[in-house]
Amino acid sequence: MTWEYAPAPESRAIANLKPSYRMFVDGQFVEGGGEPLKSINPATEEVLAEVSTASAADVDTAVKAARRAQDKLWGKMPGAERAKYIFRIARMIAERGRELAVLESLDNGKPIRESRDTDIPTASAHFFYHAGWADKLDHAGFGPDPRPLGVAGQVIPWNFPLLMAAWKIAPALACGNTVVLKPAETTPLTALVLAEIIQQAELPPGVVNILPGAGEVGAGLVNHPGVQKVAFTGSTEVGKLIQASLAGTGKKLTLELGGKAANIVFDDAPLDQAVEGIVNGIFFNQGHVCCAGSRLLVQESVAEELLAKLHKRVATLRVGDPLDKNTDVGAINSREQLTKIQELVASGEEEGAERWTSSCPLPDKGFFFAPTVFANVSQAMRIAREEIFGPVLSVLTFRTPDEAVAKANNTPYGLSAGVWTEKGSRILWMANRLRSGVVWANTFNRFDPAAPFGGYQESGFGREGGRTGLEAYLDV
Amino acid sequence: MAETTTRESPPEFADAARDEASLRRFLHGLPGVDAVGVEQRSAGLATRSIKKDSKLWAIDLAISMVDLTTLEGSDTPGKVRSLCAKARRPEPGVPSVAAVCVYPDMVATAVEEVRGSGVGVASVATAFPSGRSSLRIKVADTELAVEAGATEIDMVIDRGAFLSGRYGKVFDEIRTIKAACGNTHLKVILETGELATYDNVRRASWLALLAGGDFIKTSTGKVSPAATLPVTNVMLQAVHDWHAATGELRGVKPAGGIRTTKDAIRHLVAVHEVAGEQWLDPHLFRFGASSLLNDLLMQRRTQLEGHYSGPDYVTVD
Amino acid sequence: MSDRVTVSKTYKLYLGGAFPRSESGRTYPVTDSRGKFLANAAQASRKDARDAVVAARSAFGKWSGATAYNRGQVLYRVAEVLEGRRDQFTAEVAAGEGVPTKRAQSLVDAAIDRWVWYAGWTDKIATVLGAANPVAGPYFSFSVPEPTGVVAVLAPQQSSLLGLVSVLAPVLAVGSTAVVVTSQERPLPAITLSEVLATSDVPGGVVNLLTGHTAELAPWLASHADVNALDLGGAPAELRTDLERSAAGTVKRVLRNPAAEPDWTNRPDISRLRAYVETKTVWHPMGV
Repeated sequence: MTWEYAPAPESRAIANLKPSYRMFVDGQFVEGGGEPLKSINPATEEVLAEVSTASAADVDTAVKAARRAQDKLWGKMPGAERAKYIFRIARMIAERGRELAVLESLDNGKPIRESRDTDIPTASAHFFYHAGWADKLDHAGFGPDPRPLGVAGQVIPWNFPLLMAAWKIAPALACGNTVVLKPAETTPLTALVLAEIIQQAELPPGVVNILPGAGEVGAGLVNHPGVQKVAFTGSTEVGKLIQASLAGTGKKLTLELGGKAANIVFDDAPLDQAVEGIVNGIFFNQGHVCCAGSRLLVQESVAEELLAKLHKRVATLRVGDPLDKNTDVGAINSREQLTKIQELVASGEEEGAERWTSSCPLPDKGFFFAPTVFANVSQAMRIAREEIFGPVLSVLTFRTPDEAVAKANNTPYGLSAGVWTEKGSRILWMANRLRSGVVWANTFNRFDPAAPFGGYQESGFGREGGRTGLEAYLDV
Repeated sequence: MAETTTRESPPEFADAARDEASLRRFLHGLPGVDAVGVEQRSAGLATRSIKKDSKLWAIDLAISMVDLTTLEGSDTPGKVRSLCAKARRPEPGVPSVAAVCVYPDMVATAVEEVRGSGVGVASVATAFPSGRSSLRIKVADTELAVEAGATEIDMVIDRGAFLSGRYGKVFDEIRTIKAACGNTHLKVILETGELATYDNVRRASWLALLAGGDFIKTSTGKVSPAATLPVTNVMLQAVHDWHAATGELRGVKPAGGIRTTKDAIRHLVAVHEVAGEQWLDPHLFRFGASSLLNDLLMQRRTQLEGHYSGPDYVTVD
Repeated sequence: MSDRVTVSKTYKLYLGGAFPRSESGRTYPVTDSRGKFLANAAQASRKDARDAVVAARSAFGKWSGATAYNRGQVLYRVAEVLEGRRDQFTAEVAAGEGVPTKRAQSLVDAAIDRWVWYAGWTDKIATVLGAANPVAGPYFSFSVPEPTGVVAVLAPQQSSLLGLVSVLAPVLAVGSTAVVVTSQERPLPAITLSEVLATSDVPGGVVNLLTGHTAELAPWLASHADVNALDLGGAPAELRTDLERSAAGTVKRVLRNPAAEPDWTNRPDISRLRAYVETKTVWHPMGV
């Protein structure tokens, strides 16, 4: 018997999509001086809205507004008062949660199940968590009176548009900084709804400014002399450029960059849950996750069994309309990204890895890529070394724990890793040796505002979340 | 091990049940179940949104999978007869359910009532629900039901023996009951609510499959928690893996606690995505339930009539 | 007054636990603050820097894997041995920095005390910087600070011993390993310190000291892909921006303290310990 799930689309109307969006500067929505951009729905390739972008002059205006707000108001405001504003934002995000989720899925292409159940609630939680810190910074272990840095220039990626905005803005505000944030060129919409929320929450003008635009807006922002703190999440390539361009300026910098995480499965693992963890690790958000478990390292003795289970499970993933509540894997965010994935997958085939791709149907329109698993991958192949940022898993095998550690650490990245085994002492042994900022044991892709997140080596520096994350926004 | 074997272990697992020690090694060698992981997976499956035609299809399928159950001390022939009538024809235009499920002394009444309808008669047996009696009594209980015409026997395992690690005893009992069943289908109730961990659910599932159970069933309905989605999930995984290893198809029956269409559909989604499409079949998946049927009927009307129905529009039996 | 001729010391590099000359064979004269010749110091080359990184990397596993208690004992041992050679250091500091003996002595004392201070931190920093994270879900999540790896330290140019100890000890305390470019003009206390390190149970390779020209060596360390962090402290002002830019090539952690040296006698805080750790967050489900 075949059971076809009928389409179960979330109503697009909930998104309150507007034909045009404007940038948010000094408490007002204003036209930008840059060339407007068109935000595309990657699932249909239709234009969703026109968005004004910032010119160099706009960046300057925004930074100055942020400076004024920091000097005159936000920096002086008692923490308890700042906190109440931030709590308001947390609540209002939750109140408009469904609207934001639908808008996020439209703009980004991620499944509504994820935007609804992960992105938006976690964004709200991030504000709620950091709001509580605002009047407790003297207890955070950075001395009796830690001071804010000033104006934070923040540049975020397109993979978790609202959530990344929350990760950046919430701690900055809690610590008494003001913010100029540039959302990604392909996903500016939810950040501008967040601006609306910030306006409705009556934050003083200039405390948060949102400037849509492409790379040059980001470059202008991070290099603006009025910015004291730069936070960037995105590719390692761009992170290096920013770090280089900030050399000698004394600006405080935190970077959250790429990754090539190993998800390591031992022969005594809870295999069925390991399969779930592997699937979640690489197919969550179409694999557009810097900490994605893109390298599966499986112990040889269970490799065959695990792969069989994995193929069967991956075949059940439903790829398609991001707004359908039953969609597991949505649209690739842009044509450019799709091309990059295709190119790397082709290299995997050329280099001799064994490709398996789910036979799930794909929509005719839009940017989609079927879940793909490469077996017989060796460390030297590009698909084992380069970040694909797509629903593509590379499977390698190992024989001993030492070999697993060596292979897992054999990358310039160091953002995350997964370990699957029922043996407690082995988990701790592995966790101790893996050179990555997050180690998920018998789980994967867990995030919480109370848990610091960030990388080793070329995955960046600085942490977001937890007490540790405050350091990035304090002059300590 | 007992000599009364009606079904040899498949060659893949011939060694697994050779003696108590190998049985223990085998069951404890199964991969563990991570509780949080399996609960998360189940919660994920529960977010599937089943609408329109696919919902109606699922409701009809669920109805055809119901083992309409009454297992009360207060059961009477009259009560069983009206249950059977409902089982045969839940509502005009609605196909019959899979079976009725009663105590052994009610089997004859039930058999009489469902004759010719295609509805099976399942009887609980083996000192249901606790299973605390001698093997002799359990066999006699089974034979009573089989002789009265039961087409399916729902036995309980000796949870005490299982929890104290006497797997051989549990194995032998299942085998012996299976032999007593003859051609009657055997469902093995694990009473997962008393097994405490998912690891135990997995081991008990494999133990029952090794011993020849045709179905593995979650619960008696007398112990809370009864069927939960994660437990069903673990059991579905077991029959799936059993099939992958042996080619044999065995069934799963969650029982107790499934009262709403929403719950039933969530279970069917798990059947679909964890075990596989093949299991979307009353021969391989059942719901042990009493009040579920009426909710399915009500939701069915809602789907067909386009407005919400009410409890007064379905029969109370 | 004895007319005995003293045995003068040959100052070499300290590399992988050994005291080699520079592979380049170069030396440069070191004078006291008045320009009087003190000794010839080895003038390390980029290849010496490269070898030092290799030594520091190979020592990293064992040092970072040692218990914090053990590292604390080793650092304390350094203080003990240093204490025993207090007079020698006092003389070298006085000569090199041109300060009166009494002042030199107090600087040496402060340096000894600094080792003790950091020795006590080894098994406390994880308590202070680590956390059990109260996450919203059935997970135990904890964060621990772990050593960053190989740290290239451009030691202070002025404060040849106390400054050096102040920047080196925190690297060791957290379990990272160091390649140090010593004060260019005042390298002698650093080399004498390496004799202390070599006899204080500090495993070979954990500290590697290069004497020579900071401006020559620094760019090689700043760009070296196997260096994880860079302390710009003693970098020539005109090179700082370039070095920092170069460090971006492999996303190094850069400690960009001001070019002007602080008063090293001030009580330190834990910012230098924070600088050389990575926070690792571990998650595990809680279930039966």
